[in-house]
Amino acid sequence: MDSQSVRLGVDIGGTFTDVVLECEAGQFSTKVLTTYAAPENAIIDGLHQVCEQANVKPNQIQQIIHGTTLATNALIERRGAKTALVTTRGFRDVIEMRTESRFEQYDLNLSLPEPLLPRHQRYTIDERVSAAGEILTPIDQADIEAVAADIKTAGYESVAIGLLHSYVDDAHEKCIRDVFAKLLPDVMVSLSSEVSPQMREYERFNTTIANAYIKPLMKSYLGRLESRLGEEGVQCPIFLMHSGGGIISLENAAEFPVRLVESGPAGGAVFAANIAARYGLNKVLSFDMGGTTAKICLIKNQTPKTSRVFEVARTYRFKKGSGMPISIPVIDMVEIGAGGGSLAHVDSLNQIRVGPQSAGSEPGPACYGRGGEHPAVTDADLVLGKLDPDNFAGGTFSLDVEASRAALDSAVAGKLDMQTENAAFGVAEVVDENMANAARVHAVENGEDLSEYTMIAFGGAAPLHAGRLCEKLGVDRLLVPPGAGVGSAIGFLRAPFSFEATRSVFMRLQNFKADSVKQLLAELKDEATRFVRTCSADAPISAHYKVYMRYSGQGWEIPVELTDEQAESPDAATFKTLFETGYVALFGRAVEGLEVEITVWAVNATTAAQPAGSLSPFASAQQMTTSDTRTVFDPAVGENVAAALVLRDDMQTAHSVSGPAVITETQTTIIVPSSRTAVRQSDGCIDLCIKHEGGSAS
Amino acid sequence: MRSQADTVRQQVMWNRLISVVEEQAMALVRTAFSTSVREAGDLSAGVYDIDGQMMAQAVTGTPGHVNAMADAVAHFMRRIGVDNMYEGDVFITNDPWEGTGHLHDITVVTPSFYRGKHVGYFACTAHIVDIGGRGFGADANSVYEEGLYIPIMKFAERGEVDSTLMKIVRGNVREPDQLVGDIYALATCNEIGHRRLVEMMDEFSLNDLCDIASFIFSNSKTATEACIAALPAGASAMGEMKIDGYSAEVTLKVKLDVDEKVIRCDFAGTSGLDKKGINVPLVYTKAYACYALKCAIAPEIPNNAASLAPFRITAPENSIVNALHPAPVALRHVIGHMIPDTVFNALDKILPDTVPAEGAGTLCNFQVSLRPRTDIDVNAEPDTANNQAAHDRDMAKQARRSEVLTFNSGGSGARPRSDGLNATAFPSGVMTMPVEATENAGPVIIWRKELRPDSGGAGKYRGGLGQYMEVGAVEGHEFDISAMFDRVDHPATGRHGGQAGGATTIALDNGDPMQGKGKQFVSHGRKVMMAFPGGGGYGNPNERDREDVKRDIARGYISAEQAQQQYGLSKDDVEQVLNDVRHGRAV
Repeated sequence: MDSQSVRLGVDIGGTFTDVVLECEAGQFSTKVLTTYAAPENAIIDGLHQVCEQANVKPNQIQQIIHGTTLATNALIERRGAKTALVTTRGFRDVIEMRTESRFEQYDLNLSLPEPLLPRHQRYTIDERVSAAGEILTPIDQADIEAVAADIKTAGYESVAIGLLHSYVDDAHEKCIRDVFAKLLPDVMVSLSSEVSPQMREYERFNTTIANAYIKPLMKSYLGRLESRLGEEGVQCPIFLMHSGGGIISLENAAEFPVRLVESGPAGGAVFAANIAARYGLNKVLSFDMGGTTAKICLIKNQTPKTSRVFEVARTYRFKKGSGMPISIPVIDMVEIGAGGGSLAHVDSLNQIRVGPQSAGSEPGPACYGRGGEHPAVTDADLVLGKLDPDNFAGGTFSLDVEASRAALDSAVAGKLDMQTENAAFGVAEVVDENMANAARVHAVENGEDLSEYTMIAFGGAAPLHAGRLCEKLGVDRLLVPPGAGVGSAIGFLRAPFSFEATRSVFMRLQNFKADSVKQLLAELKDEATRFVRTCSADAPISAHYKVYMRYSGQGWEIPVELTDEQAESPDAATFKTLFETGYVALFGRAVEGLEVEITVWAVNATTAAQPAGSLSPFASAQQMTTSDTRTVFDPAVGENVAAALVLRDDMQTAHSVSGPAVITETQTTIIVPSSRTAVRQSDGCIDLCIKHEGGSAS
Repeated sequence: MRSQADTVRQQVMWNRLISVVEEQAMALVRTAFSTSVREAGDLSAGVYDIDGQMMAQAVTGTPGHVNAMADAVAHFMRRIGVDNMYEGDVFITNDPWEGTGHLHDITVVTPSFYRGKHVGYFACTAHIVDIGGRGFGADANSVYEEGLYIPIMKFAERGEVDSTLMKIVRGNVREPDQLVGDIYALATCNEIGHRRLVEMMDEFSLNDLCDIASFIFSNSKTATEACIAALPAGASAMGEMKIDGYSAEVTLKVKLDVDEKVIRCDFAGTSGLDKKGINVPLVYTKAYACYALKCAIAPEIPNNAASLAPFRITAPENSIVNALHPAPVALRHVIGHMIPDTVFNALDKILPDTVPAEGAGTLCNFQVSLRPRTDIDVNAEPDTANNQAAHDRDMAKQARRSEVLTFNSGGSGARPRSDGLNATAFPSGVMTMPVEATENAGPVIIWRKELRPDSGGAGKYRGGLGQYMEVGAVEGHEFDISAMFDRVDHPATGRHGGQAGGATTIALDNGDPMQGKGKQFVSHGRKVMMAFPGGGGYGNPNERDREDVKRDIARGYISAEQAQQQYGLSKDDVEQVLNDVRHGRAV
């Protein structure tokens, strides 16, 4: 993968399929509408467009890296295969009973999301393994055969096998698989001990079912894609981006498609991490704001933070608990319903509320003039002067300011007896505060102080709001990279080959067995490395060790990273020190006299990160002069200001402009608050820093 | 222009305070030791102004803490004395009457200082698994038997933890490490709230919280009064419900009166105290009555001193819903969780088509106290010829003592336009623990935990299903189970023609009957078989959509018999559905 090669990144999103080609001549990108019925068609279309731009033939492409929301969408829209679950007798309803709680306490008419599989598609077998891995009820061959017969009669395409405590002992799950392999050769099988070997049956079963549910669909899609690309002359291998921010082979992706969920956002985080590396930044907050949602991710030491579980398909105002849990290695992100299309209203307390309902692209915000009557964030941005009505999306269509004003007047200003501008300010301020709160909470959860962070903003709406967000969060520096509209697809091209293997094994430090720890970590390393080897036969692979630890009796583990040396010659005292240091960083104080235990072990095998490129330093910034101004409302100042108006294309390296300013480009607009100065770096990033003398933010 | 921008600023601050208390609560979930807090979410957290008025409260799993928390800080101010509060102080209590209703809830209050000036308070409460005494259960005759009592006092003064208090606590409870860890977690959670508040005050250049407090209170008051004004003026209605109780059947009675700006809710006519620990301090009654009214009338208004004030809850002294010291109150939730359905029975007459039928109500909790089996002598002379006896002794020697508390739910009542929720808590919002986590916490084995078909009351809209549970112990152990179930003799009744839900049942696996409440012994090798109640139905079952009945048969929510008897489906129709399911055809 040297930098001279020809590589293609492809991101299938809900609306657009982004295709980016990188070769010696540079970077070429296009956006084509996603073709739901046959997603590969959009890819082929985009491929030809970028090949033409770059003057490259498809057979010259040496590597394709692909990420997609198809898996996520299949889960959200319930378009998966005819799938059955086989589980332990007595536990048929685990995925339906969930946590037995309501995610919204005050709604008497609440409906809970339907489980992925209705009750009659869930079968049980008499068997039981204890928490310690002992067999309490042996499994019987005849029982398995009987269930196999039922599955055959009902004609299932895919089966998930999830038994209690199988993360400790997978023998019974494998036993069922072996019988099914003989009796049901055409049925795809997913084992919970392979898909997600972690404690907590609801999360594990649901993840396994999700995998089984989308497997036939994804397998067939990936197969079609491979042959279509072949027909177009593409001869290179195709790899897939996974939710953990790395790349896996097409074969592994087809086996574990649930790992592809969230691959698009993961690409965005990798994109930001790569820029962080270029700038040598160790603490970065990536901020991706599009039409319906905003995503926020912490990137430490140029590596996005990861987690072991997340929630997809939230059904109720993006509320925690209203979706379904997926426990796989994933880049840890908060996603909230805040985007350019998010709608504003006034609630019964006379408070302005924004989102999570979105106008989407049809009808879109009121200013699009496509019949949208409710005010969206974009309408507020327009009224506040942040957008140019005559030069939106590169001038492809103009925005109707009067429609925005009318929508704001009827939904917000009229109800609160406010002027239109104040209502617009209120809407923008509330959405910014929502995002700031989400970022703060995420930082607290991870024991981080955002004032030491740099923000990297991308996605269509982010540059309009990122400056204000930085003011609210006390973040001094903000980078807005070029190509922000296709950030995820670029991110795919920056990702390493990687795979994380995890296992739940309980061990108290007082019973620490160095030999078994060493062996377990070595096994996980081998398992993860094997996956990576299927992608790259010779690249050097390094292992990153992580264990999850807690005080005995606690339910929440904290991640503790180990060096190679600590993993290869482990000792209890070191583990304890590492844990306590982490605990104090998160929660302020250690607890005296309590036992410490390890619950989950994880090893991430990865090839080296892609080169980040370098910056050409410049001696001093050159202030740009411009006579063009636009009136913009600056919330920190509390009034309208005359902002300098510059085209991003006119800014050369080292050019700077002092806030208040508006930097426009075809895809988006960067708002430079009065408290900030913007300078163009040699890689094209616009770098916004807090002003030092006098003009600090309020 | 300026004042309009100020309004936006104050809205932003209000949102921020709500976010601060959510963070505060989250910190508690993540640092707590008791499964009840960390897995079930039985906790709450709030921020208060300088007068002890609650400004914001985290929405957590426990409506029972709502008003109790709102009132608690005032008690701390009175007992400790505002002049006696210093930076670094942390206060504590588990007083059932001045905290949240039983000794098992620890409340911690921390005064918040900004630049040396006292500006407000943070408070949080968590349900801990053990506080000594008889253990968590209904069997005490007075509060003195229910465990260690910690009066309102300082846990830490100027940052120095009271080591005498900690020694007393450690010496009086079964799981001292866990409890001490939880107390520290509570203190940490207030500390995190305080740090966020300081940041907010810096950012908005505030010196105190007076302006933002009055903004929150006046908006909340106006909005709540508007909701009440939408009800029929002067309306009045009675509601009643009968439940098992412990020593004797309990009647809950309530009278609702809608005045111009307040709703009065009085429990005159309700049964007197029970001899055993299911009595309810008034704070907890207020919490659940208020919760029910807010759900039905003003669900969107956040909880704070002003939004709760218009709900006036009263009850006669030493009725079961206003128990005075020293009545036993450990299981006050058993009655408390039934209060919303009682209030709904009255409210349905004032506000039609809004409230659900009765549901399971009370959470179906039980605590298991495990220990090595005592029916064999582990020190008996080894008999080499008897392998089984040797094995049994080995298993008993490896056994340990352990306390395991689980939270479980029956079905909720059917709604005016939808079915009840299967195995989902209402009114409580706590979560169940994963079986795999429970079995890792102690030597218990949950053999079954799944939905209970036919337990949802029939109706145009069906009540939510209850659930089955079967519980035993790892080999070598015996145990006591402390049962906390109601609705054995009084299943959830239906509304407007809907049928009652299934009643609670409990027995040993050999068929020996067991009681719905109280501590009961389970010998080595035995299991406890439980069936938790379903919710009541809403409307006449004959009006139920036939497609919904067929779907219920397909999923096994109802049996073929119930489909025919309660819903009048023909035998052929039932057969057709079952045949379709067998062959994987959509129903």
